[in-house]
Amino acid sequence: MAKLRQCAIYGKGGIGKSTTTQNLVAAIAEAGKKVMIVGCDPKADSTRLILHSKAQTTVMHLAAEAGSVEDLELEDVLSVGFGGIKCVESGGPEPGVGCAGRGVITAINFLEEEGAYDEDLDFVFYDVLGDVVCGGFAMPIRENKAQEIYIVCSGEMMAMYAANNISKGIVKYANSGSVRLAGLICNSRNTDREDDLVSALAARLGTTMIHFVPRHNVVQHAEIRRMTVIEYDPTHQQAEEYRQLALKIVNNTNFVIPTPIEMEQLEELLMEFGIMEVENTAIIGKTAAELAAELAAEAA
Amino acid sequence: MTTLSREETEALIAEVLEVYPEKAKKDRAKHLTVNDQSIEQSKKCITSNRKTLPGVMTVRGCAYAGSKGVVWGPIKDMIHISHGPIGCGQFSRAGRRNYYVGTTGVDTFATMNFTSDFQEKDIVFGGDKKLSKLIEEIDQLFPLNKGISVQSECPIGLIGDDIEAIAKKTSAAIGKPVVPVRCEGFRGVSQSLGHHIANDTIRDWVLDKRDGVTMETTPYDVAIIGDYNIGGDAWATRILLEEMALRVVAQWSGDGTLAEMMNTPKVKLNLLHCYRSMNYISRHMEEKYGIPYMEYNFFGLTKIIESMRRIAAFFDDSVKEKCEAVIARYQPMVDAVIARFKPRLQGKKVMLYVGGLRPRHIIGAYEDLGMEVVGTGYEFGHNDDYDRTIKEMGNATLIYDDANGFELEEFVKRIKPDMVGSGIKEKYIFQKMGIPFRQMHSWDYSGPYHGYDGFGIFARDMDIALSNPVWNNLLPPWKKVTAEAVKEAA
Repeated sequence: MAKLRQCAIYGKGGIGKSTTTQNLVAAIAEAGKKVMIVGCDPKADSTRLILHSKAQTTVMHLAAEAGSVEDLELEDVLSVGFGGIKCVESGGPEPGVGCAGRGVITAINFLEEEGAYDEDLDFVFYDVLGDVVCGGFAMPIRENKAQEIYIVCSGEMMAMYAANNISKGIVKYANSGSVRLAGLICNSRNTDREDDLVSALAARLGTTMIHFVPRHNVVQHAEIRRMTVIEYDPTHQQAEEYRQLALKIVNNTNFVIPTPIEMEQLEELLMEFGIMEVENTAIIGKTAAELAAELAAEAA
Repeated sequence: MTTLSREETEALIAEVLEVYPEKAKKDRAKHLTVNDQSIEQSKKCITSNRKTLPGVMTVRGCAYAGSKGVVWGPIKDMIHISHGPIGCGQFSRAGRRNYYVGTTGVDTFATMNFTSDFQEKDIVFGGDKKLSKLIEEIDQLFPLNKGISVQSECPIGLIGDDIEAIAKKTSAAIGKPVVPVRCEGFRGVSQSLGHHIANDTIRDWVLDKRDGVTMETTPYDVAIIGDYNIGGDAWATRILLEEMALRVVAQWSGDGTLAEMMNTPKVKLNLLHCYRSMNYISRHMEEKYGIPYMEYNFFGLTKIIESMRRIAAFFDDSVKEKCEAVIARYQPMVDAVIARFKPRLQGKKVMLYVGGLRPRHIIGAYEDLGMEVVGTGYEFGHNDDYDRTIKEMGNATLIYDDANGFELEEFVKRIKPDMVGSGIKEKYIFQKMGIPFRQMHSWDYSGPYHGYDGFGIFARDMDIALSNPVWNNLLPPWKKVTAEAVKEAA
């Protein structure tokens, strides 16, 4: 069998990482591959479309109930859903208390020790919380974990900032290990010239926009039913888009150490595509009253 | 023992620094100096209270050690929770020999270990709920406790447990003070910041609790501040103050209670022994309540008499008279101590390396016995400590700040003192080098060393260490050159 490929999906919060990941994984599974999803987010919403559940019971939640993580067995935390996809959620605290990062570390260590990454698997996908806020959320890209990073982004300014920042994080780990940037996935927000812009950013980062996923309401329709599009309406054009993305990822060999760009370069890029206006340095630090006075002076 | 000149001591420092890489050498050079009594401000010759160099064997502790181990721990009728994983509390339990009177586990708790025993799940989900439950259970199991302090270990600062909110909530629930202390070990450069943090929590959560409550006072009320009652030190101190007809309202914090701390703002004078660990709260009481504080030194005859007279001078003539009477009464006892031990100890040289006050405070006690301190230093002192040390030490003696294992060994090898006084981490190194040693943190299972009572014990202990016949047997029998062997060889 082929070597297990471990992939991590990062991207700005709310960009659609979990939805994209689950649709993508469903398409890979549909093509006959054995896949596991590891949700690395205290919200635990990385597997709901595969399992048709509200939120899977998480490793950390079960560990807290049992006493410690050592008291758990793999079958306690592993659920199997659509297409034989294995699902695990690391889980973590509610917002504002404890350490969610430590929860990710504990859960991934547990999966490794318990042999969750068995030989039958072709792919593992880590779906990681939007912001890499601390070392815990970088756990999936440390040595011997995910080697391929896909960043979900759109043509919106903040999503592109995030993509560039995540690339900076990858560089840090790439230099000491085997983690590589494998491409940008554009989850369209229907902004102007979105595919060109994301492709341009990808080029600057030394990678490619691996696929442009158009926006379609069917994704939401499926989601309301806690299903992926692949399962809900396999004949729909949107399902075909996810299949194409899946195929591209399965065949992907373009793994690079990214070349993140400086803030000025990023802003230039955004200006070039009209996302950001050219900065008017004359107005910085001036109050409304001061500006009004200036206008009046000009008029006079 | 060789007496080094200024130039020789300077050369010794240079030689020891030679092994360091350039950057480390530059840093350590600032922490080593040759004493010069003519210098008024220590900042001209030594740097202190800085981050320890990575890679050297420092003997410093952490902020938790400063708060739980030093300032808060000895308050005997409170329960001090080590909040975090088990190790910090368990391995520091009952190790400091701060004696107290009481029935442990019933009305006093100082040698017990209370901990929230953090597990993975507490790190991930936070320890708030566990702490609340722990405090309520403690109050049920040990109903005679007078209050609870929460001593934060490192993880608390990382995961952001809101211990202040829990303290307020549980304090209301159990009707006793609950004091949250943010003394996470990674804060600051040594235990020193832990002292400061602990002092600040006493200020914010304890001291003002009895403001406005009247207490029967006398014009002779004092508090002993910064005496941790190691081997009974504070008791030996208290005897003398009471014989001078002063009323000791509080002991901070050896054999101390929460109520005593709360009553301290009503005293006339705070007597500050360990300046380093409790100057903060003394200054606060001076500013807020107008209570002056006086530093004193109850080690050794000379300093005891000097200190007692200075304390008495603060009060009326009746106290001064009693002070003189006390001094006169103890004189024969001290004369006997000196007559017995001085001839045995005369001329012996000592090197010290200790913590908060002893690197300077015990110099006089050695001198009373005819001994000389030729090197001294602080683990975690600040420059105000060194300011107070320069005048106590002889010219051309060695002063070291945050000294490490290597430096101490090299200094001792070259200076060849007759005795070293330091802590448990140094003890066996120097004993194996064949040098008599006394622990000057814990008094080596002995004490007290404060006051007249303590001086006799101090003198005896130094003699025990120096006169131990073991030092005559450092050479194994098979290496001894005997008369017969010499004859045979011939």
